Amino acid sequence: MDRPLATAPPRYRRVPPGVQPPEDPAYRSTLLRHPLKPLVEIPQTLSEITGPSHPYEAVGPLITDLTRQHPAAPIGERIIVEGRVLDERGRPVPRTLVEVWQANACGRYAHEVDNHDAPLDPNFTGNGRTITDEEGRYRFVTIKPGHYPWGNHYNAWRPAHIHFSVLGPGFLTRLVTQMYFPGDPLFPLDPIFNSVKDPAVRERMVSSFDITLTVPDWALGFRWDIVLRGREATPMLA
Amino acid sequence: MSGITPSQTVGPYFGIMVRGRSECRQVSDATAGTRITVEGQLFDGDRNAIPDALVETWQADARGRYRHPDDPGADAADSAFNGYGWAHTGKDGGFRFETIKPGPVPAPDGGSQAPHIVVSVMARGILTRFVTRIYFEDDPATAQDPILALVPAERRHTLIARATGDGVYLFNLVMQGAGETVFFDV
Repeated sequence: MDRPLATAPPRYRRVPPGVQPPEDPAYRSTLLRHPLKPLVEIPQTLSEITGPSHPYEAVGPLITDLTRQHPAAPIGERIIVEGRVLDERGRPVPRTLVEVWQANACGRYAHEVDNHDAPLDPNFTGNGRTITDEEGRYRFVTIKPGHYPWGNHYNAWRPAHIHFSVLGPGFLTRLVTQMYFPGDPLFPLDPIFNSVKDPAVRERMVSSFDITLTVPDWALGFRWDIVLRGREATPMLA
Repeated sequence: MSGITPSQTVGPYFGIMVRGRSECRQVSDATAGTRITVEGQLFDGDRNAIPDALVETWQADARGRYRHPDDPGADAADSAFNGYGWAHTGKDGGFRFETIKPGPVPAPDGGSQAPHIVVSVMARGILTRFVTRIYFEDDPATAQDPILALVPAERRHTLIARATGDGVYLFNLVMQGAGETVFFDV
């Protein structure tokens, strides 16, 4: 190799252990899908510090209004979801890819493996894609997703949620998560929500109703910031 | 300091996102380097195929450069190569990446790393993605790689793609049990 790194980029902070155990007996699908052997700790190298920060043209065109993908408007309560993508120091993460997918207002996904006995909406696909602005801001217009049952246990229902996928500035910042709505009565019963053991950490997944985001005579606004792994303060030493 | 947002499973319906994207194309006629195919299957602890997983890759170009501002060599990176790959596994747990063989990239100690591809595995039943690497069986540098050296010797084979000829490499992922793939804390 003829290309030593003159100055190494700063590493990302390690994720504190124990936030979310990989095996959760309450969420049955985890049982056969997590490694039994311990993870092998490795240093962060250029391969992990870099990542698909661009180009996003490979991924597809932007879709920020999920209510305008079809000839007519979807059924459901129109909402605005807006927030910022930040790092752990509160600095914005600009120009990063944010994608969403969600059920329709009846709690049915436009997906062939969803067999929930609820109607599909021909005017709702439920996928969105945007890129954060210079302040790390994203904004989607959509409809509020419905609750839906799932097969994890008897009478299991998911709290209403929107799936979020964020690339962030490096491979290490990749995050897929779910945004929930405030005050959902299903929170105490949902193994996926409660897979995050610390209640204060869990709350970071819950959006807030925001009257200042709400557009009169048109749509309620929900605000939700996403915080990605941030850099160490000091540069990586060789 | 604000706390990081926890991860949640991609669930069974992330195909809505993947289908909403353009087809994953990493290579075009203008891309430099040796065309390769990396393909394999993803299995659970009962050795059943996982048909609802999102497998993502990130790799350097043919000369070992990342198209990313943290790589000092980024200006010389191949703009006709997309280092980001993604695949929704099939009914047989299968995934396939049409890409190029990456070049060696710098290691933190000033040496170099053998050509490799970094991988994320996400799926229904996976709360936080699992991260691993693909190395190449027929590359002599693989045996000298400083990261692979951190893996117990008897498990290194789980990170090494087998050359099956004509530029096709076979790399299976086993989440659990016999032949369990090594996953990293990084």
